[in-house]
Amino acid sequence: MLAALYLPQRQDKMAIDQATVKKIASLSRIAISDDEATAMEGELNNILNWVEQLSEVDVTGVEPMTAVIPNVLRLRDDVVNADPLIGGNRRDDILANAPAAQHGFFGVPKVIE
Amino acid sequence: MTDLTNLTVAGIRDGHRAGEFTAVEVAEAFNANVANAKALNAFIVETPELALAAARQADADRAAGTLKPLSGVPLGMKDLFATKGVQTTAASKILEGFVPPYESSVSQKLWDAGAGMLGKLNLDQFAMGSSNETSAFGNVISPWRRTGSDTALAPGGSSGGSSAAIAARLCPAATGTDTGGSIRQPAAFTGISGIKPTYGRCSRWGIVAFASSLDQAGPMAQDVRDCAILLENMAGFDAKDGTSLDLPVPNWEAALSGDLKGKKVGIPKEYRIEGIDAEVDAMWEAGVAMLKDAGAEVVSISLPHTKYALGAYYIIAPAEASSNLARYDGVRYGLRDLPEGAGLQDMYAATRAAGFGPEVKRRIMIGTYVLSAGFYDAYYTQAQKVRTLISQDFMKAFEQCDVILTPTAPSAAFGLGEKNTDPLEMYLNDVFSVPASLAGLPAMSVPAAITKEGLPLGLHIIGKPFDEQGVLNAGLAIEQRAGFTAKPAKWW
Repeated sequence: MLAALYLPQRQDKMAIDQATVKKIASLSRIAISDDEATAMEGELNNILNWVEQLSEVDVTGVEPMTAVIPNVLRLRDDVVNADPLIGGNRRDDILANAPAAQHGFFGVPKVIE
Repeated sequence: MTDLTNLTVAGIRDGHRAGEFTAVEVAEAFNANVANAKALNAFIVETPELALAAARQADADRAAGTLKPLSGVPLGMKDLFATKGVQTTAASKILEGFVPPYESSVSQKLWDAGAGMLGKLNLDQFAMGSSNETSAFGNVISPWRRTGSDTALAPGGSSGGSSAAIAARLCPAATGTDTGGSIRQPAAFTGISGIKPTYGRCSRWGIVAFASSLDQAGPMAQDVRDCAILLENMAGFDAKDGTSLDLPVPNWEAALSGDLKGKKVGIPKEYRIEGIDAEVDAMWEAGVAMLKDAGAEVVSISLPHTKYALGAYYIIAPAEASSNLARYDGVRYGLRDLPEGAGLQDMYAATRAAGFGPEVKRRIMIGTYVLSAGFYDAYYTQAQKVRTLISQDFMKAFEQCDVILTPTAPSAAFGLGEKNTDPLEMYLNDVFSVPASLAGLPAMSVPAAITKEGLPLGLHIIGKPFDEQGVLNAGLAIEQRAGFTAKPAKWW
C-alpha cells in the first residue's frame, strides 16, 4: 500500500560499490568488516536510489533553506564566564567523563611515531 | 482513595494544591508503578529518590504557601536530555556511563517549576527510529496489545519509552523530542497526546543532538490540557541555543478553547494516499466532522511537494547527524575502544564501530556520502531547495486556513520485528509527520479512534509558526468529541 506508492520509484542501479562503502566508512571513522560492507552496500544503494526522486523536482530559482524559522544570530558580551554553565574554569567538569584523563588533559594514544 | 496514578498533570497539581493528597503520596504511587513495570523496559535509569525529594519539597512549599506551577508533579525524562548527576545515554552504548556535569535547559525549567524526575526513559538510539527497536538497552514494549493477542507491539519512536510509560501510568506525563515525528507518532501508537512546538520554542541546549535544524523538545501527556501546562514550563528563550526564539511564552492553558467558530481547517489532498489503511481514513473523516461540529469551516488545500518530504528528510537529517555525531570519538566522554597497538585514527574507528548501533551507522554513512565532495550539490543542496518548496507550500496553504488536519501515522502500532528488515519500510511511518518538521511548524497528535483490533489511532494537527494555541485548541475540540477513554489492560 504505502510502499507501493513510494518505493516503486526506486531504480535498481547501484550508485555505490563496495569500495565506495569502505571509503564512506573510513571518512565516517567507523571500522567495518567485509561482511558488514557487503550488507551495507545493498542498504545504502536502496536508500540512495529512493532519495534520487528529489532530482525530478524543478528547483529553478529556489534558494536552499538555511533557517526554518527566521532568526538572527545574536552576539554575547565578550567576557570570560559570561554564563557560569558554559564559561571558563570548568576543567574538572569537562574531564570528568573522559575515558583517559591525565594531568588535567585528555589522554590519547600516541599520534606521532 | 482514588488511584493517584490515574490522575492527569492538572489533576495532580490541583489536588495537591487543594490538600486532597500529598506530593509524597503521588511520588510513591508512581515509583511503585515504575518498579512493577520492568516488562515494558520503558526506563533506562529509575530515580525514585529524586521523585521523592521533589515531592517532599512540594509538600513543604505547600505548607509555606510557595507552590510552583508543577509542584507535586513527577515526570519521566527522555534519556536524550542531559541530567546533572544522572546517566544520560541517548540509548547508545557509546554514551553508556556518561554522567553529565550539567542540566539541559528544558529539564532545568521543569525542575525549577517544581516537577520531580521518576527516571530516564528509553528511546531509539540517538532518536533514530520509529519503533524503539534501535535502543542499545533493549526494545520498549507497548502496554497495548491487539484484542486476543499477546504479540509484543511497538510503542512508536523515537520517544517510545515516554509513550509507553504514560499509557501504562508509570508517569503522568513525560518529555519527548521530535525530529521527524518522534513525539507525534509514538503518541498516536499509544493513545496519548503530544505536541512538537514551533522550531526554536524549546531550547536545544543539553539535548543530545541528532539533526539540529529539526530537533525540538515537547511534552507528551494524557490530554491536551496537560500538554499546554507542560509546554508552558518547557518553552522560553535561552541564550545558550543560537536558534532559540526570543519570544514571550503564552499562557496556553488559560487560553484553551475547543470552540473553533471562525476558524478554517485545511485538508491536504496530497495526504489522501491511494490504498491508505481504511480505519485510518475513516478516523480522518470522523475528525473532519468533529472540527465542523466545533464550528470550524473545512477547506481543501494543496501541499504539492508532500511526496518529496520524506526523501528530503532522509538526506537532511542524516547529513546533520553525521556532523553532530562526529563528537563521539572516544576522547572526551563515553566509550573508548583501543585495540592493542592502535593509533588515534584506529581508536576513533574502533570506538565508533563498537559504540554505535546499525541504524546510527547507516545514517552517519548516508550523511557522510551526501555531504562528500562531488555529491553535496546533487543531494544536500537539492534537498535544502526542496525543503524551501515544502515550507512555501505550507505558507501558501495557511493563506486559506488556520490549521491543517491529517492522520498522524499511516497505520496503528505494528508488532516488534515486523518492519525492521527494510529500513525504508520503517521510514515510511513518518510520511505524515515529516513535512511539518521540515517546515518547523507546531504540530500535535491526539487520540481519536480505536481500531477493530483494539489499538489507538491519532489525528495530527499542524499549525502556523508560533500558533501552538491554534493547534492545542483544535486538539481540544477533537478530544472533547472523540470520547477516547480506552486504556491498555494491565498484563505487565
